[in-house]
Amino acid sequence: MQSIIKLLWLIPVLPLAAAGVGALLKRERRRASALLAIGAMTGSLVLSLAAFVATLPPADLPRAVCNFDWLDFGTASLQLGWLLDPLAAVMLVMVSFVSLLIFVYSTGYMASDENFTRFFCFMSLFAAAMLGILIANSLLLLFACWELVGLSSYLLIGFWYQKPAAAAAAKKAFITTRIGDIGLLIGMLWLYARAGTLVFYDRGHGCLEQSALSQLAGQTILGGMTISTAISLLIFCGAAGKSGQVPLHVWLPDAMEGPTPVSALIHAATMVAAGIYLVARVYPLMDGTAALEAVTWVGAITAVFAAAIAVAQNDIKRILAYSTVSQLGYMMMGLGVGGVAVGMFHLITHAFFKALLFLGAGSVIFGCHHEQDIRQMGGLRKLMPLTFAAYAIGMMALCGVPLAFSGFWSKDAILTAARQWSVSSVPFYLGMTGMFLTAFYMTRQMFYVFFGRSNPAARPAPESPAVMTIPLMVLAALAVLAGLLGTPAWPWFDAYLKGGPASVDFSKLVSGRQIAMTLLSATVIATAMAFGVRLYRATAAQAPRPADPLEAKLPFVFACLRRKLFFDEIYDATFVRLNRKFAQLANWMDHAIWGGLVALASKLAVALARRNSAFDERAFNARFDATCDGLKAGGKILTRWQSGQAQRYLRVIGLAFCALLLLMVWGCK
Amino acid sequence: MSPPSQYLIVSAMLFSVGFAGAALRRNAILVLIGIELMLNAANLNFIAFWRCGAHPEALTGVMFTIFSLAIAAAEAAVGLALIIAVYRHRRTIQLDELESLKG
Repeated sequence: MQSIIKLLWLIPVLPLAAAGVGALLKRERRRASALLAIGAMTGSLVLSLAAFVATLPPADLPRAVCNFDWLDFGTASLQLGWLLDPLAAVMLVMVSFVSLLIFVYSTGYMASDENFTRFFCFMSLFAAAMLGILIANSLLLLFACWELVGLSSYLLIGFWYQKPAAAAAAKKAFITTRIGDIGLLIGMLWLYARAGTLVFYDRGHGCLEQSALSQLAGQTILGGMTISTAISLLIFCGAAGKSGQVPLHVWLPDAMEGPTPVSALIHAATMVAAGIYLVARVYPLMDGTAALEAVTWVGAITAVFAAAIAVAQNDIKRILAYSTVSQLGYMMMGLGVGGVAVGMFHLITHAFFKALLFLGAGSVIFGCHHEQDIRQMGGLRKLMPLTFAAYAIGMMALCGVPLAFSGFWSKDAILTAARQWSVSSVPFYLGMTGMFLTAFYMTRQMFYVFFGRSNPAARPAPESPAVMTIPLMVLAALAVLAGLLGTPAWPWFDAYLKGGPASVDFSKLVSGRQIAMTLLSATVIATAMAFGVRLYRATAAQAPRPADPLEAKLPFVFACLRRKLFFDEIYDATFVRLNRKFAQLANWMDHAIWGGLVALASKLAVALARRNSAFDERAFNARFDATCDGLKAGGKILTRWQSGQAQRYLRVIGLAFCALLLLMVWGCK
Repeated sequence: MSPPSQYLIVSAMLFSVGFAGAALRRNAILVLIGIELMLNAANLNFIAFWRCGAHPEALTGVMFTIFSLAIAAAEAAVGLALIIAVYRHRRTIQLDELESLKG
């Protein structure tokens, strides 16, 4: 562990260097840019795997850190550093692996885009920033990378910036996440003021270590809230912004305007998980505070809320986006009720199956010539068998179909923890409702896209190239297998994060509680799917498609859901409008008050200057000019001596020398 | 050995000839030659004072003269280069025509 920590900084620096070099490449060097990005990512993956192996139990240390002074001011110094612990290692492997697969996939998906080199440059920049977040041992470094991730997300959502919708979505994402980031920044500054350091672990002096934690938990502010609770809530604001939690979720569905590999990598698998990772990273600070309750409630509400909206969407990527928001809600809830391992396990499994779903959706969109409306698709099961198979696996994993799929085990852990939560059982029921809705909207989507008759207007093409289907198959395998790491019978993941060995105990699998939970999940999912099949089988078979059957039955509810519960409209009517009014007011103040003051001041200054100038002309200039004329006349006489003839000077020197000689001869006498 | 006054007289004559050349000739090359003559008059003085001085075994005069010769050679090179450069520009090396530094 001590040897790999020395090289850990290379993991983000490799893609960063690739991005730097890629930025200098000409637009025509497509192959070079892709190879550069993929090569750097492979390097990062290899190093990440080495780091992962070093943390496997029995590891010699719970974590390794490497800190250095970054900035000295006066007696204080700001430290940065990186760390390696199981939490970071498992995320490093996941992020670099999924990134690599998506880079490979992008070479196919973006093949006809003229800005191919720019795409890979931005993707590498993103990967570098994301990996930087993972290894940061200082909230400051984490925050810097966090903002870099936000920047590259902005650049990639707006990759097709000629599209007004993409440009607007990029701006929306940037501004919305910034609102959360202000909370994070304030929390960070407060933490620095109270704990005196932003380094997480520093041999007992870090802000997540015992002495700082007990000091923070010991002080209270308004209403008996401890400082650690307040700081945790502020940090959670940042996490909620990045991870699309209600009410800051509005940017994530719009972010689907970017290219699909971007949606898969950034807005499904990795970046949006950064918020979850942040909460997991500062978990020691949040542990036992009221902030965890807030995390749970926000997560549970998000999980249901986004799943409900997804039911009424028609854009294949938007459905997946709302599903991502909903799953991020589950992760937050898992962190709140069950701790780091529960939330992180769902993060890892979700990363695989959601990347799979997005890449599958990309393959569908690629085949349908960039058509994204599911009502225009249909019958793709026969045309794209590989994509269909992969997508079906992803869908099952997302719904959490029992036993075989990874999503079941991770969601099961969250719901089990929620069931046992001491504060309230409402999150558990919210989670179950979300599960029902998830299975329902995924069934709807499957029917619309893959079943029924194909729509000739969409001109669906046969299967996508191998460079796109192979990453799909790899991810499909992982979407199934990743679940094996965290079953109740062999809770390897949980034990790994705690740094101990895992024991195999099959009896836990058949305990009463577990069986009840499995049956309950199975019933909920089966009901939802049956419901979906009943509603949509007939609709999907017809071409052109009639109106949504759910819309026919519940028109009001459906319309509300389709309009995303009016969140955008509410924001437009309140914050945006308020902001605009304020800007108008500021503009008026600028013109009328500040502008008038400035104009007055400048007029006064001009008048004063005029007076000074008149005085100058009369009193000073006349005298000064006379002096100058005198000097000029003197100079004219002196210039005659300077003839420019070198020999004349020499003769003068000779004469002067003779005169000196005579003087000396006479002087000696 | 002749007394030093004889060397000094020769040297003074040499210097006067050199100075006259440098001060009166119009051709820049001849002015340069005049300067060389003046330098050599000085060298002759060094040698003369050394030979008739208190420590003729110390070779001080020779050392001075060798240095001075080396410097004179360098100076001649620089001077000639300057003259060639001037000629290229102005198509003349007549010093009375070169008076652009006139005030």
